[in-house]
Amino acid sequence: MFDRDRWQEIFEAIGKNKLRTFLSGFTVALGILIFTVLLGLGNGLLNSFLSSFVDDAQNIIFIRAGRTSKAYKGFQENRKIQFENEDFEFINTNYKGKVEYSTPRIYRNGQAKYKKESGSYTIIAVNPEHQYLEKTIMMKGRYINENDIIDKTKNIAIGRLVEKDLFKNEDALGKSLDIDGIAYKIVGVFQDSGGDNEERIICMPYKTVQLLFGNNEKLDQINLTYNMAMNTEQAIAFSKQIEEDFKKKFDVAPDDQSAIRVRSFAEGIKETMVILGGIYLVIFVVGIGTLISGIIGIGNIMTFSIKERTKELGIRKALGASPRSIIAMVLQESVLITSVAGYIGLILGMLSLRLIGNNLEEFFILNPKVETGVIVVATITLIFSGLIAGYIPARRAAKIKPIIALRDE
Amino acid sequence: MIEIKDLHKSYQMGSNSLHVLKGIDFSVKEGELVAIMGSSGSGKSTLLNILGMLDEADTGSYFLDNVPIKGLNETKAAQYRNKFLGFVFQSFNLINYKTALENVALPLYYQRKKRKERTEKAIEYLGKVGLAEWATHLPSELSGGQKQRVAIARALAADPKVLLADEPTGALDSKTSYEVMDIIQGINDEGKTILVVTHEPDIADMCKRIVHLKDGVIVEDKKVEQVRASQYV
Repeated sequence: MFDRDRWQEIFEAIGKNKLRTFLSGFTVALGILIFTVLLGLGNGLLNSFLSSFVDDAQNIIFIRAGRTSKAYKGFQENRKIQFENEDFEFINTNYKGKVEYSTPRIYRNGQAKYKKESGSYTIIAVNPEHQYLEKTIMMKGRYINENDIIDKTKNIAIGRLVEKDLFKNEDALGKSLDIDGIAYKIVGVFQDSGGDNEERIICMPYKTVQLLFGNNEKLDQINLTYNMAMNTEQAIAFSKQIEEDFKKKFDVAPDDQSAIRVRSFAEGIKETMVILGGIYLVIFVVGIGTLISGIIGIGNIMTFSIKERTKELGIRKALGASPRSIIAMVLQESVLITSVAGYIGLILGMLSLRLIGNNLEEFFILNPKVETGVIVVATITLIFSGLIAGYIPARRAAKIKPIIALRDE
Repeated sequence: MIEIKDLHKSYQMGSNSLHVLKGIDFSVKEGELVAIMGSSGSGKSTLLNILGMLDEADTGSYFLDNVPIKGLNETKAAQYRNKFLGFVFQSFNLINYKTALENVALPLYYQRKKRKERTEKAIEYLGKVGLAEWATHLPSELSGGQKQRVAIARALAADPKVLLADEPTGALDSKTSYEVMDIIQGINDEGKTILVVTHEPDIADMCKRIVHLKDGVIVEDKKVEQVRASQYV
């Protein structure tokens, strides 16, 4: 293996047969390149799916109200269902132990103004626990708290980009922000991994919104997270139970799909994971297939090369080359070509993945990457496949009879 | 140096068996220069292949420098070839991507000699055949005669006991043939045992002994007055 002379022999043979070497190397490099890129894109897909869950708590359940699509119990169809504070409290009293966090939501749009800067933002009226449901991270100050709810204060928490848009380089904390003519006090600035839209949001206490806009108790939506002690099946059952209870509560037909909508990730996660596993498997199979075809390619070219070199190998044997030394020479050449070409393919693959980066985010490919472990395995596979690809031709080479190889004509 | 007794060899050609060597008894002493003559199909190439351990006889004994050559595996045969024999072929059989020097050094590589020693010896033997200044040329840049001289240098480089030359002048014109024979005679003068397979009488006359093969048996074995090739060069 570390015989300097044999390496010299191999480098000589390679250097003087550049086309052959290039062709065999090319197939392997291409195979590895495709394998790496495919695997990276697969990982990107996985990242993208995972990040869409990471944005919100994974155990979240949304309860939304709409209009009935069926007449039921004497009510006409197309009746609007409206949640109120009482329904939110119903959740917390009825499902004690099953609910981890919960919050109502009221959506509004508002024109926010600070000095000369102004912009239109989504306003979400929330309960303090909204912070945990949305995995909101406070950059400075605090989120809406219980006292804000009880006292119906005009305290607000704003997204990072709201501060950036309106306050430029100023610190927004403690400043007063004018929204549709009413002044609010900024008590906190938050960030969210859900993307830009999730950071262009203004959060205020829900009871404040109810007081200021119509003095009612109306809610648009209720979000909650279930207790993580529940497994997926139990969680799915729990969200079904909520749906049933709410339908009963609002006299909605049990099979009405639009009046009360309860959605949880539990089912979604399970399905997505299965689909993702499928996609990953396909990518893996395609990748391995490409790799194998590359290896077969090099085996092919080595076989051809042995055929082409029959005479040379015959001469070598006549001059005293042992079968072992012929096998070692062919194997070493094959391993060298596969390793170097494979490594080039790997580097090119990683480079393309880096170039792709987050450019394919709209195709649900986020941060495509291949882990170090995979690279180590790929390298070992390369050397191993070089051995396999070279072995059959090498054995054939060793069996060459010099008398036949040297026969004239 | 070479002791052959009752050597038989046949080849299977489909359902027929072709009896090529039908009992050869033959011995060569050290320092001899023997021509093996015969028309094609007489078995002279088969005999040379067996002598060269490129092929094995069916029956009979073969001793080379008092070592029995029988039932050798490939590795052993390769070792013996490297140690005992030097080959010169009709079609030169140089490795075309190696320079003259590298070609000559190749048997030394298989003797596991050090690189420096290989190069020194290769230069020495190239000088012996008068091609020292062509050391870095590829075979494609050499004439036929030069190629054969490189091949002779290569055969000698490993310092073999016997030099086997299979139609060494078969691909050369007569002037070049005599140049090559001159070199072969020179080597023989230094004491090397040489066997030359040829069908050209003038080449055979430049040896010291002529063995005639016909239909797989030796029909004539005579000492001759050597014609020196140098007078034609």
